[in-house]
Formats: sequence, structure tokens, C-alpha cells
Amino acid sequence: MDWGALHTILGGVNKHSTSIGKIWLTVLFIFRIMILVVAAERVWGDEQDDFVCNTLQPGCRNVCYDHFFPISHIRLWALQMIFVSTPALLVAMHVAYRRHEKKRQFRKGDQKCEFKDIEEIRKQRFRIEGSLWWTYTSSIFFRLIFEAVFMYAFYFMYDGFRMPRLMKCNAWPCPNTVDCFVSRPTEKTVFTIFMIAVSSICILLNVAELCYLLTKFFLRRSKKAGNSKQQPNHEDKEETKQNEMNELISDSCQNTVIGFSS
Amino acid sequence: MSWAFLRDLLSGVNKYSTGIGRIWVAVVFMFRLLVYVAAAENIWKQEHDEFECNINQPGCENVCFDHFFPVSHIRLWALQLIMVSTPSLLVVFHVAYRENREKHHKQKLYKNPGKIDGGLLCTYLISLILKTGLEIVFLVLFYKLYNGFKIPRLVKCDIKPCPSTVDCYISKPTEKMIFLYFLVATSCLCIVLNLSELSYLIFKYSIKCYLKRHVKKRQ
Repeated sequence: MDWGALHTILGGVNKHSTSIGKIWLTVLFIFRIMILVVAAERVWGDEQDDFVCNTLQPGCRNVCYDHFFPISHIRLWALQMIFVSTPALLVAMHVAYRRHEKKRQFRKGDQKCEFKDIEEIRKQRFRIEGSLWWTYTSSIFFRLIFEAVFMYAFYFMYDGFRMPRLMKCNAWPCPNTVDCFVSRPTEKTVFTIFMIAVSSICILLNVAELCYLLTKFFLRRSKKAGNSKQQPNHEDKEETKQNEMNELISDSCQNTVIGFSS
Repeated sequence: MSWAFLRDLLSGVNKYSTGIGRIWVAVVFMFRLLVYVAAAENIWKQEHDEFECNINQPGCENVCFDHFFPVSHIRLWALQLIMVSTPSLLVVFHVAYRENREKHHKQKLYKNPGKIDGGLLCTYLISLILKTGLEIVFLVLFYKLYNGFKIPRLVKCDIKPCPSTVDCYISKPTEKMIFLYFLVATSCLCIVLNLSELSYLIFKYSIKCYLKRHVKKRQ
């Protein structure tokens, strides 16, 4: 169980995302999770061992380390990525629920059901509209909130994004104000700034996706309002055209979304 | 043999779960298993090396560490994850038993072997009760073993061979406390999910039973 499992789960959701959503997912996996696992974890690996205080007093180092690093950068980033990936599961669950309903309709022998067999239901592509639109939009909204909260928590906890070389500590049992030295401060600052920059890019992508979805929603609404004034024949023709076009937008979920395909 | 095994096991269980059951599986994967493997494990990695006592007496540190941490938090956490996921296997075994029976008799005995009704419903309810019970047991164990969910920076130890009361310092107490609270929060969430699934199933099937009887009476 590791980040690879998360990749498999989110890969399934990817099929139902917009193009911006797919770019967001790529940025998340390549520039954040991969960098975290391959590089950042090594940089922070020896953080407490190499945190050195200018005193022989036992316990002073432990206490000062705990005072300056209530929660390590690495753990905060891991939590951030888990929280930011979770809203995508809402979309996966909604899609699975819709599929389940269609299968139930099909099994009951409902005449309204337009599918010939269960395989077709499994391969069906869902348009991002109706209740799925609301689920998708709320998932992006939650993503934005989590990103912003974590960035603020970072800034608040570490007084900015710079890692200082030297910290002055006078927590008990340190005998007086003691100099403590952080290991690899420059490298840590570089990685911190990199991760913050990529978080900001992800926030921008989410905002862009949100605007795109809202624009699409209002355009569709105004088209419908315009169409309802015309004859019903035109509405049918336009809807079938839109059906064909939008079938190309979302892909089927044949990839194993672990646990979310019934 | 690793956490991937548990993950695959739970994915199998997911097929026969209700909607709330699937949310429970998602919470266990994302907020418990993944957080454990990706973040929490590393915090407790060197807890013994970094446990420091204000004394040079050999053996004093070892004895004090053993006194204050009979079982490490992280091991208890791992045990909890394993124990809490295992009752779901009862459901998988029951479905496999049903399918075997159908094969043995070479006829369709059940409309759908995976549907939660009859005996499978009882098994499912038992697995929910066991899951909830185990969660509560582990939370109580955590609370009793460590006197609450707080991790102090300093503990005072006076066990032999420590010559007198000695100050011992725990490493990363704040970070450990944050993750401990996270563990408690996700456990409580899972308990709530299990209880709501239990009530939902009991409610659904009692309504079904009642309606059946009502229809029979009318006939």
C-alpha cells in the first residue's frame, strides 16, 4: 500500500475528468508525489539526527527540535496530498452509483433502458452534467479549500517558507539560550519553495477548471432557454448532435478503479 | 506480504458491501492505511534511539523506555488496522460458500449469491458489530496504556538501575500527538459509519419483513 495504489484509484477517476483535470492529475503525480518520494524524503530523512544544539545537556536537543518542528514538512506534504486527492473519490463513487442504477434498470427489463447488454453499461461514458456536474464541481471546490488551508498552515507554522540555519532555543531543560543548527537548510528551502510553487500551479488549474465548468453550465442553460422558444424538432436534433460530441469528451472506466466499480 | 495484501483483500470485500460500506473502505484506505504508510510510520522509526535520559547509567534508558512504552503506538495502530479489516472476510467467505454450494448441487440455489439477504445478512451484521467492537477496544486500550492521548515531552523515571528519579525526554512528542489525534478521529468516523450502516440495514430489512407480512395478511 503506497502512493502507487493512490495512482491506480485516481487513474480511474481521470477518465471522467475534463482536460484541465487530467493536467492537474499529471502535475500532482509527477511534480508533487514523485518529487516527495524520490527526493524530498531523503533531504528530510536525517532531520532529527543532524539537528545539533550547542550544549551537552541531555534532552535539550529533543525539546528544541520539538519546539521548532511541531510537525515535519514531509508529513505535512504527505497529508496535504492525501486530502487533496480525496475529493476525486466523490466523483468515482457517483459514477459507480449511476452505473449501478442503470444495471438495476436493465435487470428489471425496463423498456426505457436503451442498452442491449451489461457490457454496454460498463463501457458507457458519462457526461459531466446534472447531478454529476454538482459532484464534480464540489470536488474541485473542496480541493481548492484543502490546498489553501495547508498552504496557510505551512506559512503559519514556519513563519514563512524559509528554513533558517540557526535557531535560538531556551526551552527547559536547556540551561540558557542555546544555538541549534538545522541540517541542510538551503536544500530544504529550495524544496519548500518548489513544493509551494507547484501547489500554487495546482490551485490555478483548479480555479481554471471551476471557471470552465461554470461557463459551460451557463452557456448550456442559455442554449436551452433559447431552444425552448423554438420548435421541439430542433431541440431533438441539437441534443443528438451534442450527445455524439460529448461522447468523445469522457472515457469509459474500464481501468480498475479499486473498489468503485460494481 | 505487506499492506498491499490487505488492500487487495478489502477490494474484494467492497463488491458485497452497501454504499456506506464502500465509504468505510475508502476511509480506511485513504485516511488510515495510506496515512500510516506514507507519514506515520517514519515518525516512530527511531523512537528508541531518540529517547534520551539525563543520566549516563547504562541500562537506565532501556528500562525507562520499556516502562513507558510497553507496546509502541505505531505497532498498536498497525494491529488495529489489521483487526478492524478482518471481520469483512466473514462476508467474503459466506459468499464463496454460497457459490460452492451452487456448484456442488449444479443448480441455481440463489438469485444472486452476493445479495445481502437471509444468512448473508446475519453474517454482514455480525461483521459490522465485530468491526465496531474492535475499534472501541483499541481506542480504550490506547487510552488506558498511555493515560489519555497526550504524549508528554518529559517523563520522570526511577526504576532500577536508574540511581534516582531521572528526566527522560521523548522525541517528536507534538508530531506524534497530532497523528495520534488523527488516528482517534478516523477511528471515531469509522465507528459512526459502521453504526449507521448497521441501523440502515436493520431498518431496511425490518420494513421489508413488515411489508411482506402485511401483503400476506391481506391475501
